[in-house]
Amino acid sequence: MTQPVNQTEIQKAILEQQSADNRKKMILNGVLLLLLLAAPFAMYPVFLMKILCFALFAVAFNLLFGFTGLLSFGHAAFLAAGGYTTGYLLSNFSGLTTELGIIAGTVAATVLGLGFALLSIRRQGIYFAMVTLALSQLVFFFLVQSEFTGGEDGMHGIPRGHLFGLVDLSDNYNLYYFVLAVFLGCYLLVQRIVSSPYGQVLKAIKQNEPRAISLGYNVNRYKVLAFVISAALAGLAGSLKSVVFQLASLNDAHWHMSGEVILMTLVGGMGTLLGPVVGATFVVNIEYQLSQGPLRDWVDPILGGIFVITVLAFRSGIVGEIQKFVKKNLG
Amino acid sequence: MTMMKKLLTSAVATAMMVGGAQAAVSNDTVKIGYLADMSGTYRDLAGPNGMKALEMAIADFGGKVNGAKIEVVSADDRNSPDVASSTVRRWVENENVDLVAGLVASSVSIAVSDILEENDKLGIVSGSAASSITNEHCTPNHIHYVYDTYPLANGTASAVVKEGGKTWYILTADYAFGHALEGDVTRVVEANGGEIIGTLRHPFPTPDFSSFILQAQASGADVVALANAGADTTNAINTASEFGVTQSGQTLAALLLFLTDVHALGVDAAQGIQLTTGWYWDMNDETRAWSDRFEEETGVRPTMVHAGIYSSTMQYLKAVEATGSDDAQTVRKQMMDTPINDMFAKNGKIRADGRMVHDMYLAEVKTPAESKGEWDLYKILRTIPADEAYRPLSESKCPLVTSK
Amino acid sequence: MSMIFGVPLAVLAGQLLIGVINGAFYALLSLGLAVIFGLLKIINFAHGAMYMLGAMSTVILFDSLGVNYWVALFLAPLLVGAVGVVIEYFLLRRIAGQDHIYSLLLTFGVALLLGGVLTNIYGVSGLRYAMPDVFQGGMKLGFMFLPYYRLWVIVMALLVCFGTWFMIEKTKLGAYLRAGTEDSQLMQGFGINVPLLISLTYGFGVMLAAFAGVLAAPIYSVTPVMGSHILITVFAVVVIGGMGSIGGAIITGILMGVIEGLTKTFYPPASSAVIFLVMVVVLMFRPSGLFGKEA
Repeated sequence: MTQPVNQTEIQKAILEQQSADNRKKMILNGVLLLLLLAAPFAMYPVFLMKILCFALFAVAFNLLFGFTGLLSFGHAAFLAAGGYTTGYLLSNFSGLTTELGIIAGTVAATVLGLGFALLSIRRQGIYFAMVTLALSQLVFFFLVQSEFTGGEDGMHGIPRGHLFGLVDLSDNYNLYYFVLAVFLGCYLLVQRIVSSPYGQVLKAIKQNEPRAISLGYNVNRYKVLAFVISAALAGLAGSLKSVVFQLASLNDAHWHMSGEVILMTLVGGMGTLLGPVVGATFVVNIEYQLSQGPLRDWVDPILGGIFVITVLAFRSGIVGEIQKFVKKNLG
Repeated sequence: MTMMKKLLTSAVATAMMVGGAQAAVSNDTVKIGYLADMSGTYRDLAGPNGMKALEMAIADFGGKVNGAKIEVVSADDRNSPDVASSTVRRWVENENVDLVAGLVASSVSIAVSDILEENDKLGIVSGSAASSITNEHCTPNHIHYVYDTYPLANGTASAVVKEGGKTWYILTADYAFGHALEGDVTRVVEANGGEIIGTLRHPFPTPDFSSFILQAQASGADVVALANAGADTTNAINTASEFGVTQSGQTLAALLLFLTDVHALGVDAAQGIQLTTGWYWDMNDETRAWSDRFEEETGVRPTMVHAGIYSSTMQYLKAVEATGSDDAQTVRKQMMDTPINDMFAKNGKIRADGRMVHDMYLAEVKTPAESKGEWDLYKILRTIPADEAYRPLSESKCPLVTSK
Repeated sequence: MSMIFGVPLAVLAGQLLIGVINGAFYALLSLGLAVIFGLLKIINFAHGAMYMLGAMSTVILFDSLGVNYWVALFLAPLLVGAVGVVIEYFLLRRIAGQDHIYSLLLTFGVALLLGGVLTNIYGVSGLRYAMPDVFQGGMKLGFMFLPYYRLWVIVMALLVCFGTWFMIEKTKLGAYLRAGTEDSQLMQGFGINVPLLISLTYGFGVMLAAFAGVLAAPIYSVTPVMGSHILITVFAVVVIGGMGSIGGAIITGILMGVIEGLTKTFYPPASSAVIFLVMVVVLMFRPSGLFGKEA
């Protein structure tokens, strides 16, 4: 109050800085978008789609882990629920258009997610992780036992079908742009959620749950909703993946898959928006490159090593470390 | 896009034929992709050593076929159909791979064969057990080479019933492979006048078998059959030996057991077990000579899968040489027309459904007194003729057979 | 013969006995996890790998140096314990004070690393290890044949479990341990080397896993992946018992062995899933496990 002039000047400077930042961000996003649109002409589309599916899976997981502070060790169950439901419906009901199959898969994962959430949400920290792990093991057991999944042979030859009955998705390029559109839609949705008042509450819960409770928030309701959205998006990732690969398998439901999505999120940078995307790209790529190259037989130990190094030295992940670096040196 | 490609290749092919060029090998290179589990459960039976077998075949062939060079790429499928299908798609669509070899986990083999059919390339499955690969999942683009569940159940079960094992108790791994094996065994046992008095489905994997072995003992059955694989089978055999299953007069029959498994168990625990195998290293001079070379390369004796990879690669290269083409259907037809006579099989034949049928062997694990070395593990009791061993075409559900 | 739900009583008795034996084995494995979590707040996902290392080193010591079973019973856990100390000193110490979750992720990475490297060296078919001659054979109990070795397993497992519980809960050393890990500054003031204490505690926890590994070597298939299968089952036991409760881990281990044994009798396909079902149910009613303190 004593120096009002100065105050507004600072505000102005901040605003300018912000709009400059925004402009930079816009440019960055534009470049990224162009790259994504052009990517299938430079790289193999199916591989790109695999990255997008896992990126969506990691984004979904990160909404819960990175922004709400809940570590689910059972997210594979949703990936599998989406994949198997979509696969089963598209294989058995030829009249079904692809997007309906995908929506059905997402709904199945959402319902499963609600079930998981209701059973686990009151547990804290490690107990929460373990309950979600236990529930996903029960889902795995169910999938192994069920005839319709094809057991360990997996579900094969899922038709890609036509989008809205019109666009032929057996063409890799058509499918790529469809998957890209879904991915971007979900990414923007998560971005909106995180920056909304609801997202602020989630962050508050993550930082200090008792305080959020004492501020009068019904913390459990917020957490359940975050869990269900996360499960739905993970299921959507699974549904897309089953359409892209035309198969669904037990690997998707195995607890190692739940571990892998943690790795992706952690490597990329938990609690950042772009982190899981970068992490998924990194992990899928490294796994693929390694399994082809001279280190073919050493994929597991190398992934293990990456885990160790990330936890020890880069806990903020690739994106987090870059942000820190930028803040320190350029801000 | 793909249409364009097809038109283009056929145009090129026609041009070449008109020009009288003999070699229609695309890009002047025969490219083989070796895809197998390099780090997981199935690593030892195929894995990195299978790659060695493949390289041995190429070296023995001279490294070139009709002047075209032979290239190999390899990858770890991580037992995941996702990883396998993205790898194989890239191989066939972008990297001109002509043949995919190896192929172990059934989920991987089925996923890969779908892609091969779509792109009209060839695959040779050497490691998988599922007989569905050439039954309901058959395609005109793959061959199943070494063995499958049908002769495994057939060979072992009929032999054991004929020896007087009338009542059976089956321990089944509770997944598709186990169920298929259980079904096949039940059919064979009942057809030979035996009776299944109990089946027990155990989870996969099961680390401790004592409870299940105890139930098998309590059943009083003549025969305890293991319809499982890998670590489950070795754990079950270990426990059976500990609980004295054979001492109490029951016969133990393992339906799928690889040389590497028996080697891990040792003859003390595994002695007397009967099993069916597609090949054994110590059958004759030819197999011994090849196995000696293999051991020099790898330090271990080959499994039937390793030998099968070598043999099938040879057959493939010979067919490419004979036809001067690496077109999948041309080569496959040539392979089907040529009986297989090498160290792996005598008078082996590839049928219309893609099943390579050849003689199988009923073996018994030697006793410690009989075994003269680390790898001296089997004695061959009987040769099961190919026609008797494999599922007859008349029972086939494969559209390539039934539609004719 | 009298029957219970279609199962002869004699068979049921045998299954229960086997259940108790397996339970004792679970207890031994869970115990190490509970010690590590209870005292150090480390979620040790490398526990399965340490169990595997115990079994593998037993076989490797025999194959390369001719070390027999009895020596291995002491030597293998000591070696693995040393590995544990190294892991604590070079890795876990660096993330002390961070969220527990990081210890889970770090040890998960260590487990992948160890399993992967050993797979490349030794393969996955399993290493051969002969049963020591003393344990050949078994006794006829009327309702079942009990191999001597299983008897040995249950005796050793229970002895070690009880000994550990006694040491931590009832002795002065245990009191130091509990105090040192709870209020390290105070103990440091008393002249106790707390960092060393922490390293040794972690080492001791993984020694217990390695000891279970030695016990397992003659009866189970010894492979680099043997630990990853059993890991989450054992975790479930510890969670049901209440993370960090030493007595809880022991009692729950035996209890779960029996429940699993009964499932193996009445509905075998579910026997690997039943523990998770129990866990979900228990945590619904008791959020911190059967014997756990409220978090």
